[in-house]
Amino acid sequence: MKIAIRRGRVVDPASAFDQVTDLFIAAGKIVSVGAAPADWHSNREINAEGFVVAPGFVDLAVHVKRGTLASEIAAAAAGGVTSMVCSPDTDPVLDEPGLVDMLRLRAQSFHATHLYPLGALTRALAGGQLAELSKLAQAGCIAFSQADRAVTDTQVLMRAMQYAATFGYAVWLQPEDIHLARNGVAHEGEVASRLGLAGIPSAAEVVALATHIELARVTGARLHVCRVSAAESVAMIRDAKARGIAVTADVSINHLHLIDIDIGHYDSNFRLSPPLRTARDRDALRAGVIDGTIDAVVSDHTPRPDDAKQLPFGEAAPGATGLEMLLSLVLRFAETAGVPLLEALGWITHRAAEAAKLSAGRIAVDHVADLCVFDPGAYRLITRAGLRSAGKNSPFIGYELPGVVRATVAGGHIGYEATA
Amino acid sequence: MLSKKNLQLNDNGELHHLLAIEGLPKRIIERILDTAESFVGINEREVKVVPLLRGKSIFNIFFENSTRTRTTFEIAAKRLSADVVSLDVARSSTSKGETILDTIANLTAMHADMFVVRHSESGAPYLIAQHAAPHVHVVNAGDGRHEHPTQGLLDVFTIRRYKKDFTRLTVAIVGDVLHSRVARSQIHALTTLGVPEVRVIGPRTLLPADIERLGVRVFTSLEDGLKGVDVVTMLRLQNERMNGALLPSASEYFSRYGLTPQKLAAARPDAIVLHPGPMNRGVEIDSAVADGSQSVILPQVTYGIAVRMAVMAILAGATR
Repeated sequence: MKIAIRRGRVVDPASAFDQVTDLFIAAGKIVSVGAAPADWHSNREINAEGFVVAPGFVDLAVHVKRGTLASEIAAAAAGGVTSMVCSPDTDPVLDEPGLVDMLRLRAQSFHATHLYPLGALTRALAGGQLAELSKLAQAGCIAFSQADRAVTDTQVLMRAMQYAATFGYAVWLQPEDIHLARNGVAHEGEVASRLGLAGIPSAAEVVALATHIELARVTGARLHVCRVSAAESVAMIRDAKARGIAVTADVSINHLHLIDIDIGHYDSNFRLSPPLRTARDRDALRAGVIDGTIDAVVSDHTPRPDDAKQLPFGEAAPGATGLEMLLSLVLRFAETAGVPLLEALGWITHRAAEAAKLSAGRIAVDHVADLCVFDPGAYRLITRAGLRSAGKNSPFIGYELPGVVRATVAGGHIGYEATA
Repeated sequence: MLSKKNLQLNDNGELHHLLAIEGLPKRIIERILDTAESFVGINEREVKVVPLLRGKSIFNIFFENSTRTRTTFEIAAKRLSADVVSLDVARSSTSKGETILDTIANLTAMHADMFVVRHSESGAPYLIAQHAAPHVHVVNAGDGRHEHPTQGLLDVFTIRRYKKDFTRLTVAIVGDVLHSRVARSQIHALTTLGVPEVRVIGPRTLLPADIERLGVRVFTSLEDGLKGVDVVTMLRLQNERMNGALLPSASEYFSRYGLTPQKLAAARPDAIVLHPGPMNRGVEIDSAVADGSQSVILPQVTYGIAVRMAVMAILAGATR
C-alpha cells in the first residue's frame, strides 16, 4: 500500500520539523518527506491541505477489556492515537505470557492502533508474589504495573523493584496509599465536605509517592509515576529528577482541565481515580507539564457501561472514556496556556514515547508510518452518539472542542478516515 | 449532559424538589417556616387532617432504614390527606439487583406525585431528581453525610419559636460534624437566615476538611465554644465511630464533648439545647441536660411534623 499525504503542515515535535509539504508511505514506513520517491505511484492520496500531519499519538494510559477491544481500537484510531499502552487490569489480569500473546494478536488483527501491554508486577495484581516478569517481557510487555491496585507490603514492592531493576524493566506505579484513600470518593477538601463525600486526601498520593521515589533510588529501578494529581507530587518529582533518580511521570488530560468543583450535583462522570483536586493542584500540574517535570499527558481512557455510572456518586465506577478527546483537550490546554502547537503535541508524541521507551511518536524517513492528520482550526461538539468507544462516560459531553481528526495511519494502514 | 442549574427550583423560582438547604433562597426557607406555623395549630386540634393533598400519591422510599424519620413523613402526608406508601427498599428490590433508577421508573409508572427518599449515599436524591418525570417532586429525607433538609428546617423552626430574631444569635453545633447530614443542613439554614455566628465544636477527627469555608467558626474545646451561645445543637455520636481511630472511647468522648449541666453553664442562661435524635445518653449528652428545662428536644419532634407538612404542601402547590 502506497499512500501520499499531500500539502499538509507536516510537524515532528521531536526534531522541530514544521513545513507544508508532501509525505510518502510505502510498506508501512515513511519513505519520503518532501519530494516523491522515484517512480512513485500512489494507491491512495490524502489531501491534507489546511491540516496538520503529526506523528500518531502515544497514549500511555488505556484500560481495555477483551470484549470491547474492537470498539476501543476504533476509538483510538478516531482520536489519532496510534500507540496505546494498556494497563494490566484487563479481565483476566495480564500476569501470564499466554494472555499477553492473545491480547496482542487480537489487537494486531485490527491493523489499526499498536497496543503495548503493561504486565502485572505481581500475580493477579494481588501484591503478594512476583509475576514472571522476564517471560512477560518476552511476550511483549513493555513495563510492569499494579494498575490501580497498590502493593501494600512495602517489602514486596522493594523486591519487585529490585527484581525489575535486575533486567532493566521499568515499574509503573500509581501512587495512592490505600489506607489513607480508603472509602474515599472525592478530593478531601471544601467540596467533598460540602457534598458530604468521603475524602481522599492529597496525602494519600504524597505518602505513597515518597515511598516509590525512595525505593526507586535505592533499587535503581526506573519508576514511571502514573496519574499525578496533587501539587505536592509535582514538586517531589521535580526534586527527584534533579537528584538524578530515574523517574518519569504522566498526568491525565482530565486533571489539566477539571477540578473538584466541577463535580457539581454529584455528576458521576467526574468521579475519577485519582480524584479531581483543587485549582491550585491543577495549576501545579499544568506548570509541571509545561516545564517538563511531567513527561506525558494521557487520556486515562476508562470506558464504563452506563450501568456503572448511573448510580449515586460514591457507588459509581471511577474513570472516563478519553481516547477520542485527547488531542482536542491537549489543543485546548495549549491554547489557554499559550503553548506552541509543536511543544504541546510533544506531550502526546515523542515525549510520551520516550517515557515509555517506545520508538513511536516521530515522523522521519524509514520510521514506521504512524500519523494523524487533523484540522486544528475546526471545532466539534462532543456527544454520546459521536463517540466510538463503548464507554459514553465523559465529563466533556456537551463541550465544543478544537481539533478534528481527518485521518489516522498506523503502520501504513489507514485506520480511520473522516467521512465529511 | 446533566444540568448544573439549580435543580430545586422551577423556572418561576418556586420550590420543585427539596434536596438540600444549601442554595435555597431565604424567601423559600421563610415561606416553609411560615407555612409550618399554620400547621402547628392543626396538629393540636382533635381532628388533625386537612384535605390539601387529597388524591396525591406520596411514596416514602427508604434505601436506608429509619423508622423515626419515615414515620414522621407518613404522619405528615396523612394529615394532608395524601395517599402514602412506604417502601423499605433496603430490604426488597435493590437487594435483588434492581437499580435505583429502575425502582424510580417503576414507582413513577404507578403515578407517584412525590418521592420522599432516604439513601446512605450522598447525592442519591439528585440522581433521582435528574431522572424523575417532570411532575414528580423529590424530597431528600437524608442522603449519606450530605444533608437532611427537613431536619435542618425543623431545627431553625424550633429556634425561631424560642428565639425570634436570627440576626442576633450565636449557635453552636457540637460533635460528629464529619458524618452529620444534620449539621450541614443546619449550618446552611442558619447562615442563610442571617445568624451572625455559627460555631462547630469537636475533635479534629470529627470535623470535615476546610469546614470553615462553610462560614462557621471552628472550636475544639467545648468550654470555649459554648461561651455566650444562645443555641446548642448536640449531634448523635454513633457507636461505630469507636471502631476505627476516630475516637478512643465513648467515655473519653463524653469527658471532652459530652454536654453536662456544668458545661452548659458557659452558654447564655436562656440558651436552648437541640438534638436531632435518637440520643445516646451519657455519650454526647447527659440526661440532666436532655430532660432539663433548657432542652427543646421533644418540641423538635412535634414541630418536625408541621415542617414536613409544610414542605409537602408547598411542593404540591397546594397552599392557597
